[in-house]
Amino acid sequence: MAYKIVASQCTNCTACEALCPNLAISEAKGTFVIDPAKCTECIGHFDTPQCVAICPVDDTCVVDAVYPRYQA
Amino acid sequence: MTEALIPDTYSSEPAVDIADVMQKLAEHKGCGTEGGSGKASCGSSAGPADMPEEIWEKVKNHPCYSEEAHHHYARMHVAVAPACNIQCNYCNRKYDCANESRPGVVSERLTPEQASKKVLAVASTIPQMTVLGIAGPGDPLANPGKTFETFRLISEVAPDIKLCLSTNGLALPDWVDEIAKYKVDHVTITINMVDPEVGQHIYPWIFWENKRLQGYEAAKILTERQLLGLEMLTERGILAKINSVMIPGINDKHLVEVNKAVKSRGAFLHNIMPLISAPEHGTVFGLNGQRGPTAQELKALQDECEGDMNMMRHCRQCRADAVGLLGEDRSAEFTTDKIMAMEVNYDAEGRKAYQQAVEAERQAKVEAKKSELDGLDAAGDMKILVAVATKGHGIINEHFGHAKEFQIYELSAKGAKFVGHRRVDLYCKGGYGEEDALDTVIKAINDCHAVFVAKIGGCPKADLTAAGIEPIDAYAHEFIEQSALAWFKGYLAKVEAGEIVHTERGDAAIRQGALLSQAS
Repeated sequence: MAYKIVASQCTNCTACEALCPNLAISEAKGTFVIDPAKCTECIGHFDTPQCVAICPVDDTCVVDAVYPRYQA
Repeated sequence: MTEALIPDTYSSEPAVDIADVMQKLAEHKGCGTEGGSGKASCGSSAGPADMPEEIWEKVKNHPCYSEEAHHHYARMHVAVAPACNIQCNYCNRKYDCANESRPGVVSERLTPEQASKKVLAVASTIPQMTVLGIAGPGDPLANPGKTFETFRLISEVAPDIKLCLSTNGLALPDWVDEIAKYKVDHVTITINMVDPEVGQHIYPWIFWENKRLQGYEAAKILTERQLLGLEMLTERGILAKINSVMIPGINDKHLVEVNKAVKSRGAFLHNIMPLISAPEHGTVFGLNGQRGPTAQELKALQDECEGDMNMMRHCRQCRADAVGLLGEDRSAEFTTDKIMAMEVNYDAEGRKAYQQAVEAERQAKVEAKKSELDGLDAAGDMKILVAVATKGHGIINEHFGHAKEFQIYELSAKGAKFVGHRRVDLYCKGGYGEEDALDTVIKAINDCHAVFVAKIGGCPKADLTAAGIEPIDAYAHEFIEQSALAWFKGYLAKVEAGEIVHTERGDAAIRQGALLSQAS
């Protein structure tokens, strides 16, 4: 699994971008997106995914079940 | 992003002796030019006689730090700092309406380069714009790279503009030295509590050391960091203003304790603001029905805290991209598209000359007020409020129907004192009055005995009179305080002669909803 950002919820506040330990978050077409190939769910870096912890709108950074669980 | 750095300079010798600063602040009885008339709030009119020279130099043309200055000087905020590191129950970052004026709200965010261009464009158009602040829409210190790069660019191109920032304080201790380096000499910290028991009802979470903390633990860290940051600012001689949101039933009584705590740590000015809370804002408080204070509740708390501390009563709780005098918002004139198309000619000498003219105008206002200070003894203990329609400059120069707000003055034996303002949106739309809008105005100034205007139509005049508020257009285009005191003496004489009976007025409402019409 990787995390994804629900575009309709995102306020473009940029807070998650700078916190991502994998530089997986970037701005695209007026909203922020997570590159699933880079996302490690913060495993090995932090106890909780940083984007989830800082996001000012609940249920915006969510697990994307399309991708298999990240293996550290 | 922001590692929890422990600044090594904090343990070294402070740049300024804190005891010395505290002594100066204690000696300084407000920012008042009026002297003699008792406690001035900074609040009230300002002058060099009442405070140390270096503090006067810092506040004399800062509209947020001097009530007197706010009639003459303008400020602007640049929205370069969107990220935030805490969550507050009165804030909802998803809500962004161009017609709404409220902290945390902006129409577009800027890069530091765009912000620098915008500052030059505004400074060239509005020569009395003296202050550039970064107030969000998130927290400036949760975006330190963008915030300090903006300060650096602006201090290069427009060194005469004062820099300030407004923060929740969580990251403040880490950045105090950087703040000092860029000569940011005004910092506002929002402090709503000094007791985590209270704080846990205001802050659902903070982001601290890469974790989201909640409840008591979160509020405890926040208050410790805020007070440490305040002490560090005071040590460095940086003026600190404290903003507190008054939330009835949650922190209203507690704010007296907050006032004592920040005063003892050298805060220069305390700004107690009413909670803005409407369901359509989508905030936790808006949705759970938490009410804001009434005008009387707010004033009573401000009066209680006034003691030895300057209270700010002229805050308009403006947007993070506001431009203009505090009572106006000209941000729509300076969108990024418009700025980029503008030919900017930064004329430092022209700005200086304009500001000297403003100083002369300001002195004339102070002199005019002095001329009416004698002969107020008949007032005894009487205190009454009056509302004023003004576009700035300390003059009664706004039509009743065009007023987006009214300024409130308290008249007593001590003179005229600015005690607040009431937002009313536009009563007059398309040249004719609307009944409901007039009701809004009457509710907003219901605690006033009179309203001073440059002009007023026959219908609203009759309705105001029926509501017990005397409409007065006899002092059109004259100085506010001088006119109000002249009228007050006439009122006292009529009471003494038995022509009228003095009665107390009721409470008034603080407007909560979105602006109906964009500021022109």
